[in-house]
Amino acid sequence: MSGTYSDLAGPGSLAAVQMAVADFIAREKPDFKIEVISADHQNKGDIAAIKAREWIDTEKVDMIVDLVTTSTALAVMKVAKEKNRITIVSGAASTPITNEQCTDTNVHWTYDTYALAVGTGKAVVKQGGKSWFFLTADYAFGKSLEKDTSEVVLKEGGKVLGHVLHPFPAQDFSSFLLQAQSSGAQVIGLANAGNDTINAIKQAAEFGITPKQSLAGLLMFLSDVHSLGLKATQGMYLTTGFYWDRNNETRAWSKRFFEKRKKMPTMVHAGDYSAVTHYLKAVKASGTDDTKTVMDRMKATPVNDFFAKNGKIRVDGRMVHDMYLVQVKKPSESKYPWDYYFIRQVIPAGQAFMPLSESKCPLVKK
Amino acid sequence: MAEVFGVSIQGLFGQLLVGLLNGSFYAILSLGLAIIFGLLNIINFAHGAQYMMGAFLAWIGMTYLGVGYWWALLLSPLLVGAFGMLLERGMLKRLYKLDHLYGLLLTFGLALIFEGLFRYRFGISGESYPVTEGLAGGKNLGFMFLPKYRVWVVAASLAVCLGTWYVIERTKLGSYLRAGTENPALLQAFGVNVPLIITLTYGYGVALAAFAGVLAAPIFNVNPVMGSNLIIVVFAVVVVGGMGSIMGSIVTGFALGLIEGIVKSGMIANLLGSIFDSLPVAGSVIYPVKLLFSPEASAVTIFVIMAIVLLVRPAGLFGRER
Repeated sequence: MSGTYSDLAGPGSLAAVQMAVADFIAREKPDFKIEVISADHQNKGDIAAIKAREWIDTEKVDMIVDLVTTSTALAVMKVAKEKNRITIVSGAASTPITNEQCTDTNVHWTYDTYALAVGTGKAVVKQGGKSWFFLTADYAFGKSLEKDTSEVVLKEGGKVLGHVLHPFPAQDFSSFLLQAQSSGAQVIGLANAGNDTINAIKQAAEFGITPKQSLAGLLMFLSDVHSLGLKATQGMYLTTGFYWDRNNETRAWSKRFFEKRKKMPTMVHAGDYSAVTHYLKAVKASGTDDTKTVMDRMKATPVNDFFAKNGKIRVDGRMVHDMYLVQVKKPSESKYPWDYYFIRQVIPAGQAFMPLSESKCPLVKK
Repeated sequence: MAEVFGVSIQGLFGQLLVGLLNGSFYAILSLGLAIIFGLLNIINFAHGAQYMMGAFLAWIGMTYLGVGYWWALLLSPLLVGAFGMLLERGMLKRLYKLDHLYGLLLTFGLALIFEGLFRYRFGISGESYPVTEGLAGGKNLGFMFLPKYRVWVVAASLAVCLGTWYVIERTKLGSYLRAGTENPALLQAFGVNVPLIITLTYGYGVALAAFAGVLAAPIFNVNPVMGSNLIIVVFAVVVVGGMGSIMGSIVTGFALGLIEGIVKSGMIANLLGSIFDSLPVAGSVIYPVKLLFSPEASAVTIFVIMAIVLLVRPAGLFGRER
């Protein structure tokens, strides 16, 4: 596992899942055997789908988790639905996962582009960032993130001055940044992820675009901030489903994760642990691994762990839980390694995610 | 504000300058490739990985050993170059008598191995290398903010490129090198140690890649795939310039950087749009052509140019037919 997203998911996700299983066995002493297998889907939908089919047919896999990148998540969800197996998406972000393409065998656990847009978009407009220009990765995810965010910006009374699409992946952003600069927008929204975001932020500082205009990283992970350093990212707002240093419970778990990986967990890692634990509890409580029974049990039971308090799985598969609007600390404010965020606002579960009334998921009865 | 095809004059100047800045990386990398191809007949696919290693060595030096930028600029190319010479002596040497493809496959395999090892050790998100004290900040030119560091990059790469050109085209050492390109057996017969020249040339080409890597470290995020993102473009530059042509690769590097800058500004797309608007052509014809030169397709532009050049002048703009 070594692609663009391997630091935010990748081997860390596998480690989190293994931790969840080991902890579950130690704590609950189940009378069934749990096996974890993993594969690298290379962010390609077709590879992921083939692997999933093979796993379900020959290895008798009951549940597939993580699924970073929207295209792989959607492909595997389809296979799992057809074979009547459970998927839990923690890595991918796009909203179609619980809308047009929702399935009754899938849960979307950690975050989505709607939650990111609502969290970061709203906060930045409220801070006075009224005019926006988007720097958007030229593929489905980037466009979905831009669309969701523009809607929030407009609703909050801001305006969108324009956008530029950049090839994915890209190395040099200076030309695109100059266009963003000449738009005169107060805020440059980065509708991209991973290394694209990192390079864009770095070069914005270099060309003197920040701090005159501010950047809004619409999808940023702890691993990105770690890579860029606080000097380049200080003051940025971002939305996350999990931050390791939030309370004693999150710290305790994250430190155990750190022992294994020598890196603090991203929200995807924490979400994987939480999801797998919830699933295993449901299997134990129902005394079967039958998909429908376990799924019903998972939906009926609130999620209460270090990741989510009173989290609930909705009929469209969306697990709703609190999200956190955080601001990146200044280097002088960071007191110890990985001390990166101020939690500025807890976005309550009810507001963080797309309401069911707006859902395009056929499972939602209106 | 005055406008040229929908782009303000200021914006255009900015884009041209940015194009020049990027062109300097293309130039220095394609120069290394051209030198290696010229003498060794090896298409060095490991060039991107060697560029990445140069950047990483600088970062490692800074982080673990406290080696500053200027020392890194000297030491990193030396170390990576020496490593390159070991590769040449140990592996590449055995392939000279075979088809180009074998060299290409070997270096491609090596590139994958190097990148894999760095990914395994450092992860994919990469590391951040700060701009050194004296070169931080920049100057506001009115139409754009020009970072000092970028000016240094252009100056350094121009100096290295022209220096290299001078040595190869105007000195005794360079004449051996060119003679070796033409007819190695004859040169050997004159008592010149051709294998040594070959090893040194490969080492120098690799060192150029590492030098570019150190130059790039403060600008781009230092990560294991930084080379593979760039190397394909650089190959296109070499092909357009003419395989093995020294001046060709320098000029083409800068020129294609400039063209890419203009395309990214959206000017070409606007220009094509206004031309097509005045012609009675169907939208289905216009759209793909416009798309090819739109900012989001800027990654493709260089390859379109490459394809055209290959059709018109298969040996490249500055190359000679062999």
